[in-house]
Amino acid sequence: METLERILAQHPFFKDLGGEYLQLVTGCASNVRFEADQVIFREGEEANQFYLLREGRVALQLFSPERGPLTIETLSEGDILGWSWLIPPYNWHFTAKSLDLTRAIALDGKCLRRKCEEDHNLGYELLKQFASVIEQRLESTRLQLLDLYGVRS
Amino acid sequence: MVPRPYVIKRIRKDTADTFTLELSPKDSRSRFTFAPGQFNMIYVYGVGEVPISICGDPASPTLVHTTRAVGNVTKAMAKLRRGDLVGIRGPFGTSWPVEQARTRDVVVVAGGIGLPPLRPALYHILAHREAYGKLVLLYGARTPDDILFREELENWRARFDLEVFVAVDRGTSEWRGNVGVVTTLIMKAGFDPTNTIAMIVGPEVMMRFTALELLKRGVKPEAIYLSMERNMKCGIGLCGHCQFGPVFTCKDGPVFRYDQIKDLLVKWEI
Repeated sequence: METLERILAQHPFFKDLGGEYLQLVTGCASNVRFEADQVIFREGEEANQFYLLREGRVALQLFSPERGPLTIETLSEGDILGWSWLIPPYNWHFTAKSLDLTRAIALDGKCLRRKCEEDHNLGYELLKQFASVIEQRLESTRLQLLDLYGVRS
Repeated sequence: MVPRPYVIKRIRKDTADTFTLELSPKDSRSRFTFAPGQFNMIYVYGVGEVPISICGDPASPTLVHTTRAVGNVTKAMAKLRRGDLVGIRGPFGTSWPVEQARTRDVVVVAGGIGLPPLRPALYHILAHREAYGKLVLLYGARTPDDILFREELENWRARFDLEVFVAVDRGTSEWRGNVGVVTTLIMKAGFDPTNTIAMIVGPEVMMRFTALELLKRGVKPEAIYLSMERNMKCGIGLCGHCQFGPVFTCKDGPVFRYDQIKDLLVKWEI
């Protein structure tokens, strides 16, 4: 049977994390499952988790009274969902909704924050990984904003 | 080269600003042959001439062009009707490395109106499917309404020997597909980066970032090809309008190997 520690070790996000830290992180992890169209978290709610998506797709959405729910980005297998647990005041900035049946590993943010405070090396390793995810998302967002496929005037 | 007259057999509106022409030579004895990736100069009589990639099946006798009505000539072209004539010069330029890609995985990345120039390569590979490894098509469009060849994409997606990913930059409330830039799809696709040939067409910025993602994934620079679009006029490297550093896009391109032009891509001055 696949243990959580092995699943985490094989995930690109944790692959560079040492065995000792992996054990610490595994202590904050659990398997979760979301049905299609289930809300995983809502904008404004307290952010105390992040997810490693293993299967399925998730839409990150904002609600506009004029236009309804707007999907900003979709995430799928292998992606990280959520970093608001890491940054005060720990509230979600978007709503996440599963588009298909979605399986993920949930990481308890409170548990991780406490462990990171106790061991700053773990905190630094985790921050390095998240910085890379945030950099990729920022680059993608910038490209999206360029509206590259629109007609040049 | 004198343009040869071709008859419009069919004209199809693909999206709000994109259309497809199906053409046959007026002199039906001559058959048009081309290599995937090449382009024609299409002359709208009395208006002007524009370079447009060939987007049909290289094995078919019908010449197919898909383009966007964006300038004077293409706007006039969009108003033509079945039975009207256009002038054709071509085919011109270099082609996709479909022979070199044999036995290897092939990753095709298209952005926006970049899908039509890649379609002949896809047709060729699908017609000789057993000769290639995995085949992946990654396509990014602006919105769901801007997706080209939707029916064909759905048919391709249903095949077991072709992986198709589509993403739009801006979703709608009805859209349940992927939202995000096409570059994010590269990490999701199943292919062996050490044994892959990649072919990219789209806006230059998109191609640059796509190439960077492919490199990050482990694809070699010399295995990445992209099709450049510059101000092509004569089609034979004579007039100099399409000069791109030391090369002419119409004659030395439009298909270039990434490692041969990567330094030019980031030069603002050319």
